[in-house]
Amino acid sequence: MRARAAATVRPSRLPDSSSDASIGRWVTSSTARRAILVGVLSACGVGAVAQERTLPLPALRSGITFAGADVRAMQADDVSNPGFLWVEGGEKRWNTAAGATGKSCASCHGDGRSSMRGVATRYPRYAEAVKGVEDLDARINRCRTEKQGAPPWPRESEELLSLSAYVSYQSRALPLAVSIDGPARETFDRGNAFYHARHGQMNLSCAQCHDQNSGKRLLVENLSQGHGNAFPAYRLEWQSLGSLQRRIRACLFGIRAEMPAPGAPELTDVELYLAWRAQGLPLEAPGVRR
Amino acid sequence: MSSPTSLRSNEMTKPGSRASSYSPKPRRRWLQSCAALALVPWMPAHAAADELPQIPAMTAFLAGRKPVLARVRLALPQLADNGQTVPMKVSVDGPFTPATRVTAINLFSEANPVPEMAQFEFPAYVERIEVESRVRLAASQKIVAVATLADGALLASAAEVIVTIAGCMDGT
Amino acid sequence: MPDARITVPASVARGKPFEVRIIVRHPMETGYRTDESGQSIPRNVIRSLACRYNGELVFSGRLSSGIAANPYLRFFVTAKESGQLAFEWVDDAGARGSDSAAVTVA
Repeated sequence: MRARAAATVRPSRLPDSSSDASIGRWVTSSTARRAILVGVLSACGVGAVAQERTLPLPALRSGITFAGADVRAMQADDVSNPGFLWVEGGEKRWNTAAGATGKSCASCHGDGRSSMRGVATRYPRYAEAVKGVEDLDARINRCRTEKQGAPPWPRESEELLSLSAYVSYQSRALPLAVSIDGPARETFDRGNAFYHARHGQMNLSCAQCHDQNSGKRLLVENLSQGHGNAFPAYRLEWQSLGSLQRRIRACLFGIRAEMPAPGAPELTDVELYLAWRAQGLPLEAPGVRR
Repeated sequence: MSSPTSLRSNEMTKPGSRASSYSPKPRRRWLQSCAALALVPWMPAHAAADELPQIPAMTAFLAGRKPVLARVRLALPQLADNGQTVPMKVSVDGPFTPATRVTAINLFSEANPVPEMAQFEFPAYVERIEVESRVRLAASQKIVAVATLADGALLASAAEVIVTIAGCMDGT
Repeated sequence: MPDARITVPASVARGKPFEVRIIVRHPMETGYRTDESGQSIPRNVIRSLACRYNGELVFSGRLSSGIAANPYLRFFVTAKESGQLAFEWVDDAGARGSDSAAVTVA
């Protein structure tokens, strides 16, 4: 398995995980390096730590630029983009009373088209109320349980996806802008570590494909940079709209790794890391991907 | 048909011929170029097969009739992004009269488990016969569109699509 | 979830063909997939779809599993009077769907 992986992916000359046989050793050394850096910079009074980027911001490219003509055409046309079936469903749901309180999203948030503008670009986001980082789907469910007195929707359910699509759509074309400061930092660090660690039978890290080999072919597909800025997206393979968590799980399945369950905290860790890594890229929801 | 270029190379292999002395009859060469160029706009982006593929369900539908391979434009991508959803566009060039208007277009698949993909019917006259949809293709194959006219005439065109499996399997 | 989204031009010219686009929410289940326990998921596709313009049948489709999920159709209709474009469809399970859009003829 390792030999086959090496045949498809060139070893990296960058000083990161892929050239290191031991995951544990790299994580420790990288964490140690960062801890020292944090310590030094904090001592110098620098509030926000300059986190090194493997992909510099000017080099970022959305997955749509790696997609075939048909996928690009589908995403560009709001009439034939199937994702809008979910956006429209979400709009109806936004205005529908739910739960014990009989409130709709509109009862508190008014017209979603204005109140939700820019919101999705800031997710995943630390919430003091849960002392943790939530992605948009988790936040929607928390609104349901805490504010509407309604049961949370399962991950990948039509109800949750349609509201997520509607809210995300209100930020379409706006640049991703998550914060990894303060209490969000731990989540970011875990996501960063996960992204650079090798996983599964194929023993591949996300970085090996998406940082070092983007633009190259895997069979006939172009490897993208793996940003996730178009999610929730209609994936042709799914014949349905799906979340970024589902996409991450699918990638892990592809490298024959165990998939965390939908909603697992490791997935939010990675979502936060990815959103930081994709900073400035426009949100494209509802995206279309193959 | 041979292009002017291939004709030139044949000429040059003849004994005694020299490159500099080669000069094909200008009129013949001009006519051949025109013929080649004239064909170009009539070829759909993905060229129709000279012969239609053998599809039993289509043979049954044709019931011995032979469709004319003209005026039907069937366009699909040469390489599908994903076999589950492949854009398809089929149109028939007019003009039409009440006797020669298109009443239906049938779509056949060479390799799908269900070879009769779709039948689009036009019960009311419309001067623009054009249908777009998205098809599922089980494997690389040829697709055939057969248009039926009011007077019973048949027109057809084929297109070939390559379908590959995903680079990474998705088990979600 | 809406059953479908229909798009027609804001205004159409009398006697001329106008573009109609519809995308229908439907899995178009092929019948060849199995679920996690290995059970085959039965086929359920939209079998027939009809479009009526002020009551007159102007387009119909007989579809199969060879049409992708969330079927998308684009076709042309000759503009006559202002009115309604009404779609109806039935799937293998007998479920009926419908949707309509207004047509304004200039």
